[in-house]
Amino acid sequence: MKLLTINFLTCARKTCKSTPASFPLHPKEAELEQVETEMNPLFLRNILPRLDWEAMRMLTTELGLPNLPAETPAPEELVVATTTDLDAGNGDDRASGPSQMARDLHVLLMETSIASGKLVCGNCGHEYAVKEGIANFLLPSHMV
Amino acid sequence: MDADEAKGETYEEEHVHVVYEQIASHFSSTRYKPWPIIERFLRELPDGAIGLDVGCGNGKYLAVNPDIFIIGSDRSSNLASIAKRHPPHSVVVADILYLPHPSRAFDFAISIAVVHHLSTSWRRVEAIESILQTLRSGGKALIYVWALEQESSRRGWTEQDEQDVMVPWVMRGSRKAAHAGEAGGGEDRTFHRYYHLYRKGELERDVQLAGGEVVEAGYEKDNWWVVATLRTVV
Ligand SMILES: [Zn+2]
Repeated sequence: MKLLTINFLTCARKTCKSTPASFPLHPKEAELEQVETEMNPLFLRNILPRLDWEAMRMLTTELGLPNLPAETPAPEELVVATTTDLDAGNGDDRASGPSQMARDLHVLLMETSIASGKLVCGNCGHEYAVKEGIANFLLPSHMV
Repeated sequence: MDADEAKGETYEEEHVHVVYEQIASHFSSTRYKPWPIIERFLRELPDGAIGLDVGCGNGKYLAVNPDIFIIGSDRSSNLASIAKRHPPHSVVVADILYLPHPSRAFDFAISIAVVHHLSTSWRRVEAIESILQTLRSGGKALIYVWALEQESSRRGWTEQDEQDVMVPWVMRGSRKAAHAGEAGGGEDRTFHRYYHLYRKGELERDVQLAGGEVVEAGYEKDNWWVVATLRTVV
């Protein structure tokens, strides 16, 4: 399960959902893996402003991954001009490509995945198992 | 006495969940062509839209649009494993009545051929409410359920028929396995899944009861469908 997904998950218990402590879920005993996927710079640019950045930063810190920037990166930080020859054109038709930051974010959000481990609710403490890259949110009957 | 009393979670476990877990890969091999209205709904979403596919099955709708982000969920972990092969989307195992998603956060949700598997009227309304609660203001949900009125289908049900039915799923045994003498491999196996077949107007009523507002509704190939939003509280 890619790290991006965790920004859209919370505890499945109804009593937890309305409490701030249930989001984000906390990784525990997480085995990480790198699942290579093709980069889609436009997708990344569109998704970034929708993320709860604080929650994303908390997640990467808890996983011991490199720190994210303090604020959501702006769209212009995600691209870099690829034409180095300044005489090549007047800017309008200058080619641009993903910046190093965009590449790093792609690796972190889209490729870095929890292969196995647990996701823990900060409110009730319930642990949801992650196996073969899939988190299981089915609750035992006494908890529903 | 209410016939619904015998139904509920335990009933669905036996007559829906266990069945899908067993037929997952065969079921998946027969489900690959997206239906037109659903495909259009997903394609017309703006790039970067974020939403849910509740009861995503083998994930056939996760393959439609790679420029949006969908978190699919299914009650069957076998189906979820099949569905996870569709980047950039994600899949989790979850129950429709206990979705692990923040409320009022998503641009859209789809739930195709799922709500009809809940075995009481109250649970179906609750399932729809659960989907609608994930939508942010202006977010839309597309919900499909099987229709009672499907006279032209091979099943031939009409509005006079019983709405709560068991529908057989036949898994053909492979002749090769039978020939090789593999245990059980050659025999056909029949599984029965519980369905509540929706009458005309019933889905719209359930959406209303669930706190939703119907934006669009229709009938397509033996199914009733709605596009609904969460009713804004004044
Ligand atoms: Zn909780």
